[in-house]
Amino acid sequence: MPDAVSFRNSDSPRHAAFVRVTHWITTICFFALLITGAEIVISHPRFYWGETGNNLTTPLFRIPIPASRNLVPTGYGYVLPDANGWSRYLHFEAAWAVVLTGLLYAIWGLWTGHFRSNLFPARADRTWQMFLKTIASHVRLRRPDEAEAYSYNSVQRISYLLVIFFFFPLVICTGLALSPGFNAAVPAVVNSLGGRQSARTLHFFVSACLLLFLIVHVAMIVLAGFTSRMRAMITGKTITGTMTAGVVRSTRQSTGEEQI
Amino acid sequence: MSPISRRRFVSAGLAATAGVSGVAVAATLAKRYGLIPPDSGGIYGPGETLTYAAQRLLTRHSLAREFPRSMISRTPFANELAPFNDAFKRHQASGFADWHLAVDGMVARPASLSVSDLRGLRASSQITEVVCEEGWSYVAEWIGTPLHEVLNASGILPQARYVVYFSIEPDWWESIDMADALHPQTLVTYAMNDGDLPVGFGGPLRLRVPRQLGYKSVKFITRLTVTDSLKGFGKGVGGTNAEGGYAWYAGI
Repeated sequence: MPDAVSFRNSDSPRHAAFVRVTHWITTICFFALLITGAEIVISHPRFYWGETGNNLTTPLFRIPIPASRNLVPTGYGYVLPDANGWSRYLHFEAAWAVVLTGLLYAIWGLWTGHFRSNLFPARADRTWQMFLKTIASHVRLRRPDEAEAYSYNSVQRISYLLVIFFFFPLVICTGLALSPGFNAAVPAVVNSLGGRQSARTLHFFVSACLLLFLIVHVAMIVLAGFTSRMRAMITGKTITGTMTAGVVRSTRQSTGEEQI
Repeated sequence: MSPISRRRFVSAGLAATAGVSGVAVAATLAKRYGLIPPDSGGIYGPGETLTYAAQRLLTRHSLAREFPRSMISRTPFANELAPFNDAFKRHQASGFADWHLAVDGMVARPASLSVSDLRGLRASSQITEVVCEEGWSYVAEWIGTPLHEVLNASGILPQARYVVYFSIEPDWWESIDMADALHPQTLVTYAMNDGDLPVGFGGPLRLRVPRQLGYKSVKFITRLTVTDSLKGFGKGVGGTNAEGGYAWYAGI
């Protein structure tokens, strides 16, 4: 199956420098967005559906936490300190950084064929049997074999593609639909999401999906070997950095034969 | 690790030079076309400048969404207010008959308009959403005089860049650029839905800036000052919210 695996020689890194740099910029921005997003939610931990919603309307649901504003009916007898000023500043600054980084990554990925060769599932893996087999081994928390240090399996590939091409664009659109300036210029986005409060609720849930992805992503890295995976994403080097192409090829081929 | 080749070194150097000069050119152009907000300093300055510049380039003339009458909120939320000061209470006792809005600064003819003077100018109404930075919102019909009518009646001088507006309550003032000041939906509001603007919602006069968050729509306004610089006002960042750590530009 020569097209299923792109063989690498020992000089080429596990992850291209471009991928490593954009990965860590995205990581930093994601944490900044997550923390500041949570801070902003604390000022009004109630969610609505439709165009409008406030303290006098029935929420779709509310998060049972104290709020940083005293008119929010939370049931708690105290009010948390207001952190929205710097949270909003940092939220949008991190959003700019991650959106620009993501745009560069998308252009680079299309230009170099990164998405096609590294993220689109390999041809041999494009069957339900293979997909279910990979899921089954994930569910059993089986430690991945050696070959997976050099390439992604199909479940990883589909998860990464979903995050890159579905959840990130959706979190950006639902976030933009909260900007009164953007909504004036492009009303179609907020209107198609069902109104401003629907967009806010969706923004919250899409962010929760991304957080869930992050948790599973880190759990899988720990399972696969935290040090080796972190080294690969930071330095680009795999286990020793001196492994020859022949070893990679034979490892990959043997697993390929097993799978057939 | 392979040594860096000369070609790679030269191309990296060229790319870095191009990047730095690109940023420098962009900064010069941004300054020239008024795309730098007053709070462009500090660690959050770059993000804030990008937001303000992008919205000014792409949305300068956009209109805030207007809604059908059926979408007017049955339960608008007035938000919290500090206890009124004595000056406000005196005005409230006399039904705001003596309430005046001063127009000064870079105008040819400074003026002082009563609420009935404003009602004599061309009225405009809009059904728009008030959006709080906390996340909640409501839709209401707002009736008033477009700010550009008030300003043009006094004759704006060509060097004007901002309009600063003050509440009767101490330490409550904000400012907007001329793009928002002359925008057709920016309204000196004196009525809401079916009646006079209730005190809780900013009556007798509130400046509605529907393309920005609610904190830019200052309640109980008594003074408009047209200026070419925000340096001389408070700490120079253009408003009490900006001085309290919030962004000056609230279009996001």
